[in-house]
Amino acid sequence: MTASPRYVINAALLIFLAVLPFLTDWAGDSFYTGLVSRILILAIAALSLNLLIGYGGMVSFGHAAYIGVGAYVVGIGAFHAFEDGIDWMLNGYAQLAAALFGSAVIALIIGAISLRTRGVYFIMITMAFSQMLYFSAVGVETYGADDGLTIYSRSDMLGLIDLNNEKSLYYLIFLSLLVVLYLMHRLVGSPFGNVIRGTRSNEARMRAIGFSPYKYRLTAFVIAGVIAGYAGFLMANLNDFVSPDLMHWTRSGDLIIMIVLGGMSSLFGPLYGALAFLILEELLSSIPLTVGGLRIGEYWQLIFGPLLILIVLYARNGIDSFLPAARKEE
Amino acid sequence: MNWLLLLEQILNGFQLGLLLFLLAAGLTLVFGIMDMVNLAHGSFYMMGAYFCATFTGWTGSFLLGAVLTLPAVFLLGIIVEVIALRTLYSRDHLDQVMATFGLILFFNEATRLIWGPIGLVIPLPDFLNDTVEIIPGAPYPAFRLAIILVGFLVAGLLYFIVARTKLGMLIRAGASNREMIGALGVNIRLLFTLVFGLGAALAGLAGLMAGPILSVEIGMGESILILTLVVIVIGGIGSIKGAFIAAILIGLIDTVGRSFLPEILDLVLPAQTAATAAPAISSMMIYLLMALVLAIRPQGLFPPKGVGR
Repeated sequence: MTASPRYVINAALLIFLAVLPFLTDWAGDSFYTGLVSRILILAIAALSLNLLIGYGGMVSFGHAAYIGVGAYVVGIGAFHAFEDGIDWMLNGYAQLAAALFGSAVIALIIGAISLRTRGVYFIMITMAFSQMLYFSAVGVETYGADDGLTIYSRSDMLGLIDLNNEKSLYYLIFLSLLVVLYLMHRLVGSPFGNVIRGTRSNEARMRAIGFSPYKYRLTAFVIAGVIAGYAGFLMANLNDFVSPDLMHWTRSGDLIIMIVLGGMSSLFGPLYGALAFLILEELLSSIPLTVGGLRIGEYWQLIFGPLLILIVLYARNGIDSFLPAARKEE
Repeated sequence: MNWLLLLEQILNGFQLGLLLFLLAAGLTLVFGIMDMVNLAHGSFYMMGAYFCATFTGWTGSFLLGAVLTLPAVFLLGIIVEVIALRTLYSRDHLDQVMATFGLILFFNEATRLIWGPIGLVIPLPDFLNDTVEIIPGAPYPAFRLAIILVGFLVAGLLYFIVARTKLGMLIRAGASNREMIGALGVNIRLLFTLVFGLGAALAGLAGLMAGPILSVEIGMGESILILTLVVIVIGGIGSIKGAFIAAILIGLIDTVGRSFLPEILDLVLPAQTAATAAPAISSMMIYLLMALVLAIRPQGLFPPKGVGR
């Protein structure tokens, strides 16, 4: 098997990401390690959402909620360890287990109800549920309400990996991304993935050949939720801070933008989308041009908004459609 | 329980409900007839408030400002529809969500550029700044009362248009089967544009009325947009009647719930727990209601005729 051009591009990107901390070391500017860490965490969340949107045709507009759940588990653990001296709550494995379990349970509840609906109703109900979680986080005074929680101490991984070291945190995130990419690759190609894709293309036929789409959809919904919860666990450790804003519906919108920007029908699309989204934000907001005393970069969304519309109208498969085709898909 | 307070909160609930109805009426038609997810509807609400603040400043009169605002927002709606949204009707919901999300970003940023980041104040004329004693001993702000009156008037007018006129007949036909009325020779593009402009003007009306009591600020459209989406989903997408009932319901539950839930929770929970839980539960209540309605009736309470399962 010869490597297709796309394969080479994807591999080059991953190799670049693998050596990035050393490049920034060499350039003497570690700011970019933090930025790319954030991008990769969002890419993990976007990859999980793409299982629903791209492969399953389920436009979930509340995916940021699970990031919030995972992040709040870390925040609340650190809070109790710090305030009440409950040391085991700082244990990274306990936090991780709670983050994954919590997001699984919440995704199960939300999915079980939401998946009874279709189309616009599904978009709205998933958004409503995420707003519900957002408002409950805003309402809980103990955990900082509106202002959020500062995390005074990152998850303690018992010496296996030191999350306080930015470079090891970066590699944990990068490895997680690789694992999630591999998982998605296997999942989409598996019989389970075929059913999910089948129900998107034609639900009636899937029923006719004996599948019950609801169970498969719910399973995919929970898998995606758990992965996003894991992204939240990483996010809280990277930011040293959690706030309700993580779960706001516009954050869910950002994740959808990343997917559409990158291209929905490919494995690597969400990764390219997350990179493009945050790099575009950085680039547009640093446009040095000044018109009439106003710095254009300060109003970058004035450009980004219409750009989004143009992308939707004229480049439906996003960045993916500009890359050389790997093989005929579908 | 304090009955005067309850009465006042019920009036406030109607006032919020009617504002929501003005927004929901336009949005539910856009959703229903064109099968289009429009997240930018809240932007027209915001533009209504900003236009009105500017026009009021120019003319020195709130009423004149309001009268000028309505055609301005109507025009803005039509421009947005013709330039950006028209091509999206045939696309899937995901594309529509994305593009209208882009519109929100654009409108918010343009507003910040034109009017600056600090919110505006709309001054009210004296006769609206007064209070009215509907029941002796319970003064109620005249402007809020005016919102309730205007809300009911517009609701009645809309009912008349939708139920009794030819335009209304076309709108109803469009909501139940838009391919069919297209096939019958109705200029559906023009109808869409008109309905979209009308919806924008109604949202602008809600915005200019909310401006003096809430604050005129960037992002004001987004929080109310979510409430509006809840309303139309509970009411059944495409149904004006459903939007009206759901809007009043949401207005009442939200307003009355926020002021009386702490007392009710006090009865069943320890005081400490009740005090922390009440704010969270009261802001969640309407979302719980929506989840409940959709779990039992996935098409909303009053789906328009002809929308099958």
